[in-house]
Amino acid sequence: MSTFDKFEQMVIAVVAFAVVFAVIMLLADRIRGRSADRSVAMVFLVPTVVLLAVGLVYPAIRTLLDSFRNAEGTKFIGIDNYQTVFSDHDLLIVLLNTVLWVVFVPFFATAIGLLYALVIDKSRVEAIAKALVFLPMAISFVGASIIWKFVYTYKGAGSQIGLLNEILVKLGLPAQQFLLNWPSNTFWLIVVMIWIQAGFAMTVLSAAIKAIPQDIIEAARLDGVNAVGMFRFVTLPSIRPAVIVVLTTIAIGTLKVFDIVRTMTGGQFDTSVIANEFYNQSFNIGDEGLGATLAVILFVLVIPVVIYNVRQLRKADAR
Amino acid sequence: MTTTTPPVAVTGELATTAVARKRLSSPWASLTAIVIAVLWTTPTLGLFLTSFRTQDDIRVSGWWNVFLHPNLTLDNYRQVFSSGTSTDLSGYFVNSIVITIPAVIAPVLLASLAAYTFAWIPFKGRDALFVAVFALQVVPLQVAMIPLLQIYIKWLHIGGSFWTVWISHTMFALPLAIFLLHNFMKEIPGELIEAARVDGAGHVRIFFQVLLPLITPALAAFGIFQFLWVWNDLLVGLVFLGGKPETQPLTVAIQSLAGTRGSAWYLLSAGAFVSIVVPLVVFLSLQRYFVRGLLAGGLKG
Repeated sequence: MSTFDKFEQMVIAVVAFAVVFAVIMLLADRIRGRSADRSVAMVFLVPTVVLLAVGLVYPAIRTLLDSFRNAEGTKFIGIDNYQTVFSDHDLLIVLLNTVLWVVFVPFFATAIGLLYALVIDKSRVEAIAKALVFLPMAISFVGASIIWKFVYTYKGAGSQIGLLNEILVKLGLPAQQFLLNWPSNTFWLIVVMIWIQAGFAMTVLSAAIKAIPQDIIEAARLDGVNAVGMFRFVTLPSIRPAVIVVLTTIAIGTLKVFDIVRTMTGGQFDTSVIANEFYNQSFNIGDEGLGATLAVILFVLVIPVVIYNVRQLRKADAR
Repeated sequence: MTTTTPPVAVTGELATTAVARKRLSSPWASLTAIVIAVLWTTPTLGLFLTSFRTQDDIRVSGWWNVFLHPNLTLDNYRQVFSSGTSTDLSGYFVNSIVITIPAVIAPVLLASLAAYTFAWIPFKGRDALFVAVFALQVVPLQVAMIPLLQIYIKWLHIGGSFWTVWISHTMFALPLAIFLLHNFMKEIPGELIEAARVDGAGHVRIFFQVLLPLITPALAAFGIFQFLWVWNDLLVGLVFLGGKPETQPLTVAIQSLAGTRGSAWYLLSAGAFVSIVVPLVVFLSLQRYFVRGLLAGGLKG
């Protein structure tokens, strides 16, 4: 396919989408009369409902069913796949790694984001300082992985080209293969996700800090509260809902991410996580049943995080 | 603003400035800020400088030596753009553009319609349907991929074509897009819509003439969101276009380069920056809208 062909296809697609949109509008515009609201709503929602039903609802049900079938999807085998996941040694490491990711990434990304938001708040270079930490958000996980793979790169005993090993050597320590040994290699991968997500935490929390009413800060200041007290008794309680949203959003994102593992180690050396193992089982090994099971487990892990989020928000609203 | 600010607020402002000054003068705070900023910038800078070094230099010495012996070249970029070679990324670059543009336009159009319906057209079962759409946000893509792949291949016969990713990205974006745009639309005063109705405007006219101009910033915010998401995506590209270099995006090509030529830093560094530059330009020029979208979603979600 030539470049021209590709762009031609793209234009056709955009036009097709635009035509669908125009047809919907023309249809809706002709609807008049008493039950107009209902009919217009239906016309407006049809494409969305169809796409979501075909793209998310039906596949989710199928995957749930497939998780109770064998590798080829031909035979019902009950909960065998689930038993495999929770008893196989390699898969248990995958589960454990996933837990490490989902505990460490949200905590450190949020803590660093909050700390940074606090120390640069109202500084003269705030805008630039924010942009520096926020920038990794624009970089793909693949790009970020390559950036960090280079930081960790190991070059025998001689002069190092990876920054981290150069620092070790300068400190008189031996150079290391960071991505080789479990469990430390998982932590080196986790660092990449923290590096990406801290900017998101910083942005949301910085906005929350700025939204704290000035008179509360003023009152506390007149009471002679010092900086630490101000943080504990004024700032933190005021931004609590935002902190919870940030923690849970990052946790959900972390559960689903597989790009980092895939690009940096390919899941070797015991670094795999559920999201990567799903891909591995489904497409490399070809065990559809086990792949589906891992996808379902991922889904089940996301749900409690979301429920916690919603409940905390309700509580905050009630107060 | 300063002329109309009442005196009380002025003293408040002065006090804040005083606090800010005190905080700035705290050496620990400044040090922390500098340490974090350096940690967050150095890895990217290192790879960026590497992409301009010669193959031989990269192999024997660290990028920090560039400051002592600057020996820069564009050869690495020439290499990843030279046609005919196995490491030519230009085709993938085109693919990424071709994938991204429709995958941004389609969900923005559809979601704005749905969001308008949920916000301003009363009908029975509306709230339940809205909650259902909202709840679909929690379904991980992984759960939907394989059945969807079968639909594309067996039923629609579009396996491996751009259509698979255009449709998939649109589907996957809808729940969040509808939610975000709905939040923005709800903030528009009801009197505006009421007034238009009294004038005899139908929903189509209200949508185009009243709402669309008002929510343009929100559309921009979500558009940038979706742009970055699609451009940076690996999973969708890998699953639906994985075996097809003809249609694969940059991320897939670079990820596989990292697997097969993992120590060829002259290729990887240049390749990484080819893929980073477009989202970076979009992000830096439209950062304001992006942050707005982030805050609307983050704080209300």
